[in-house]
Amino acid sequence: MTMRRLLRGLAVATAAVLGCTQPSGDITIRFWALGREGEVVAPLIRDFERLHPGVHVRLQQIPWTAAHEKLLTGFVGDATPDVAQVGNTWIAEFVTLHAIQGLDGMIAQSRDVSPAGYFPGIWQTNIVRDTVWGVPWYVDTRLLFYRTDILAQAGYANPPTTWDEWLAAMRAIKRRVGNDRYAIFLPTNEWNPPIILGLQAGSPLLKDDGQYGAFSDSAFRRGFEFYAGMFTERLAPVAGSNDVANVYQEFGRGLFAMYITGPWQIGEFSRRLPPELQDKWGTAALPGPAGPQSGVSMAGGSSLVMFKRSQHQDIAWQLIEYLSRPDQQLRFSQLSGDLPARVEAWRDSIPGSGLMSGKYTRAFWEQLQRVVPLPQVPEWELIATRVYEFGEQAVRGGVPPAEVLDRLDREVGRILEKRRWLASRDH
Amino acid sequence: MTTERSTSRAAWLFLTPALVLIGVFFVLPVIASLLLSFTDFDIYAVADLRNARIVGVKNYGDLLHAPIFWTALRNTAFFAVVGGTLTMAAALAAALALAARRPFNGFFRTIYFTPFVLTVVAIAIMWRYLYHPRYGLLNYLLGLAGLGPIDFLGDPHWSMPAIIVLAVWRNFGYGMLIFIAGLQAIPAQLYEAAQLDGAGAWARFRHVTLPMLRPTFVFVGVITAIGFFQLFTEPYVLTQGGPLKSTLSVMLYMYEEGFRWWRIGHAAAVAVVFFLIVLFVTWLQLRLQRERTA
Repeated sequence: MTMRRLLRGLAVATAAVLGCTQPSGDITIRFWALGREGEVVAPLIRDFERLHPGVHVRLQQIPWTAAHEKLLTGFVGDATPDVAQVGNTWIAEFVTLHAIQGLDGMIAQSRDVSPAGYFPGIWQTNIVRDTVWGVPWYVDTRLLFYRTDILAQAGYANPPTTWDEWLAAMRAIKRRVGNDRYAIFLPTNEWNPPIILGLQAGSPLLKDDGQYGAFSDSAFRRGFEFYAGMFTERLAPVAGSNDVANVYQEFGRGLFAMYITGPWQIGEFSRRLPPELQDKWGTAALPGPAGPQSGVSMAGGSSLVMFKRSQHQDIAWQLIEYLSRPDQQLRFSQLSGDLPARVEAWRDSIPGSGLMSGKYTRAFWEQLQRVVPLPQVPEWELIATRVYEFGEQAVRGGVPPAEVLDRLDREVGRILEKRRWLASRDH
Repeated sequence: MTTERSTSRAAWLFLTPALVLIGVFFVLPVIASLLLSFTDFDIYAVADLRNARIVGVKNYGDLLHAPIFWTALRNTAFFAVVGGTLTMAAALAAALALAARRPFNGFFRTIYFTPFVLTVVAIAIMWRYLYHPRYGLLNYLLGLAGLGPIDFLGDPHWSMPAIIVLAVWRNFGYGMLIFIAGLQAIPAQLYEAAQLDGAGAWARFRHVTLPMLRPTFVFVGVITAIGFFQLFTEPYVLTQGGPLKSTLSVMLYMYEEGFRWWRIGHAAAVAVVFFLIVLFVTWLQLRLQRERTA
């Protein structure tokens, strides 16, 4: 009895203390942002609070390496924030968990957010089962970074646009640079290059509503053979990103002349390459098997999502809208070095933008017009790691590509077994 | 009779809080993970419990056929055997040097013990700076000796040795304290008697110190082995199991299966298998020690 009274007293006291920190009428929402984005978004959040008196945003910064676990354990532990930044390949997972809120109704009524303001491929990554679950915050894709001088010496004034041209250019470079240098660097421990080449060849990656892998089908095989061929012809070194101690130094030394990588490297290349090389590198949209239009890349980046358990969904949505405004998108891009998801923020008509015609960002603008979403299944991240692990069997182990892809499909089939069972049960 | 009953009641009363805690936070989770290991509990089951199936021993079968599990097991065994042995050796050496009551010995004991009570994450971050290929102290010293920089944490050949050095440095202080206690419990007469019989320093160490320290050895050995088998924080903070899985430990593998890929059933099977392995190693150690004494 006394114990119970003591507990009740404690509860009352706790409520009183908590009540004090939150004066009536004030609203606190929680926002989780990841890595560097979590650092640089702080001034935008302060301005949002200024525009919304009585609203307080508690910003929590979470390192990328722990973000996925933290969001999932947050969901299981009933401690999700109101708004969070998520990698756009995670959205399917949170939809499966019924953790996040569908945004169709809010977008229909919004003056700030509409699909027309975004790159179509990027917007697509937020749609699962015909519902929009997230708003793109910034975008990420992969394209070609290359040494203009090495390409020119090999006889190419412009970057290649077709696979045939690409292959010819790489062979020409290889002939010039000799045995211990290479035309291109494709880190064997990254899944992006083989996946992108597969997408370019028209592979859906997974088939039957994400129940089976489509890696041994002819489309992906064509992309993968092109990928593996670059290693067998010694156009690319058989090396992971850990085997090349400093990519900037090696790119500067000319160990390789091309490198498929992402937008954050613009800043890194500008900072880390020596001054005499600064006018000797460029970016280009990826070549495709049948010309530029087939030169697709992956639609990456982060989205802002709202959690179902949020008590203040209206305020949470206003925060998402605020961060989606073209001026805030541009400001965020300048602070973080990320590329804005909002197309208006790229246009020269916005003061200070110039991204659309920028020396290095122009190619990204072009590439983002043709980006393709990755499969929207919760198992995707695991499957992606399997793609490079199995890819290494072909590249390092000398197993024929067709055999590797059969093995890969069997493994992916095992991973997706649960989806097949769920589908057959629910029918 | 009555006093005996009231004594036992008092004993239970005192034991209950601890037993409840052990029950809730140890026994229940162990049973739960054993049960989970026979299911395919995963992200779909987190969404809806009806999406979980009972799959029998399939998780165990998958595990035995997963090369990555064997890699993790090999890494962990290597770490435990090499790291554990080095830790014991360093602990004994430090204990022998510091057991006597001399000035400053207390100071050094404190210094050597300090790493053990610091948080591993702080230590790991500090060592990451020491190991840094460009700015690290170790590479600076190597540079002075005219040796090229080594990417300790980025090179698959160096990553595990680098983690072992860190772990030895962090853990030997604990063993040292236990060894000092063991050394101080050895009666001085034994040394005097040995000396009178003409035993030199080495003979005294070999035939007096080592046999008398046997129980301490067993204790430190078992504790060190159990601790080292549970390698997790160092690779989690420093290398995430890389490069090329060279520092992936069983615990880290289990964590990734469970909390990165959310394959809880699988992770539970890893936990159970690993529990049995550690149990076996501990039993083996106790058994060997007992045989030697007998």
